[in-house]
Amino acid sequence: MNYKEEICEQEKSQSQNMAALRYAFPKTAPVMAGYLVLGAAYGILMSEKGFGIWWPLIISVFVYAGSLQYLGITFFVALVNPWYAFFMSLMLNARHLFYGISMLDKYREAGKLKPYLIFALTDETFSVLCNEEPPKDIPKYMVYFFVSLLDHIYWSLGAFLGAIAGTMISFDTAGMDFALTALFVVIFVDQWKSGKGHWSALTGVLASALCLKVFGQNGFIVSAMIVILGLITSAYYMEKRKEKQS
Amino acid sequence: MKQEMIQYLFLVVSMIAATTITRFLPFLLFPAGKETPRYITYLGKTLPYATIGLLVVYCLKGVSFFVYPHGLSEAISIVLIVFLHLLKGNSLLSIGAGTACYMILTQFVF
Repeated sequence: MNYKEEICEQEKSQSQNMAALRYAFPKTAPVMAGYLVLGAAYGILMSEKGFGIWWPLIISVFVYAGSLQYLGITFFVALVNPWYAFFMSLMLNARHLFYGISMLDKYREAGKLKPYLIFALTDETFSVLCNEEPPKDIPKYMVYFFVSLLDHIYWSLGAFLGAIAGTMISFDTAGMDFALTALFVVIFVDQWKSGKGHWSALTGVLASALCLKVFGQNGFIVSAMIVILGLITSAYYMEKRKEKQS
Repeated sequence: MKQEMIQYLFLVVSMIAATTITRFLPFLLFPAGKETPRYITYLGKTLPYATIGLLVVYCLKGVSFFVYPHGLSEAISIVLIVFLHLLKGNSLLSIGAGTACYMILTQFVF
């Protein structure tokens, strides 16, 4: 390939990347609204707890998992054991396994972009990409990349702006932590509306409430995790046995 | 203060580690062409529902229903969230209104 052709090649791939960005951006608009607001609320909460403007930004860039970051505030406040935080995070993040499994085929040939695409696969990015099939003339992995990157930017920017705003807010923010509860209630309702997993959702609530009653506020999480995992595993084997019989 | 910073860092690292593990695990365990074990698929399908249930309870663990105000702020706000969300299905609206409602109730009413 001579010099001219090379330049031509480069220009072509650049214009294709631009096309991918132009195609990706509108897809992320709903996520932009959500992430800027929820990210900002996270930043405000963090700064209210006395963390400077850099903590929320760094955590948003590197952890980049919304509900975990909210839950993380309770870790910081109670200064829990890192192992406890680790296992809680694994539990909360277990849904990523499902997203990952659903995206195995889609991301298979993504090459250099694959690690980032996997890292940035949040609930919202998944919901945008799971049914996304870009037209043939646009490089699809670049579209996936830009959707992931834009979402990542919205979230981090929101957290940063929120943290800055948090240092200036003068009204009483008491009770703002409830945003976390609200977030989980909303996810719960969304899951319930999907018509699937009712049994599992109820198991989660009832087993946790029972463990809370029995083991008290400080120790119920681990026992609840074990009970839930046990119940789901036995349901799995019961289903398997039923299938064998029929 | 310095001691606390280190503890915070450990917490951040454990959150990063857990998130990296759950995001990458499926791709590492089930490379191209290999079939996913059914138990794992089953967990992926069912566990998220139970976990959110667990987290709702976790968020409400400090509420005492037998002492005034009997968790009324929480109950009212959650009813509002569920109602709004069933009606409109807009996550931001539900979270925003629910949180505002809770802040007003705890600061001015109870």
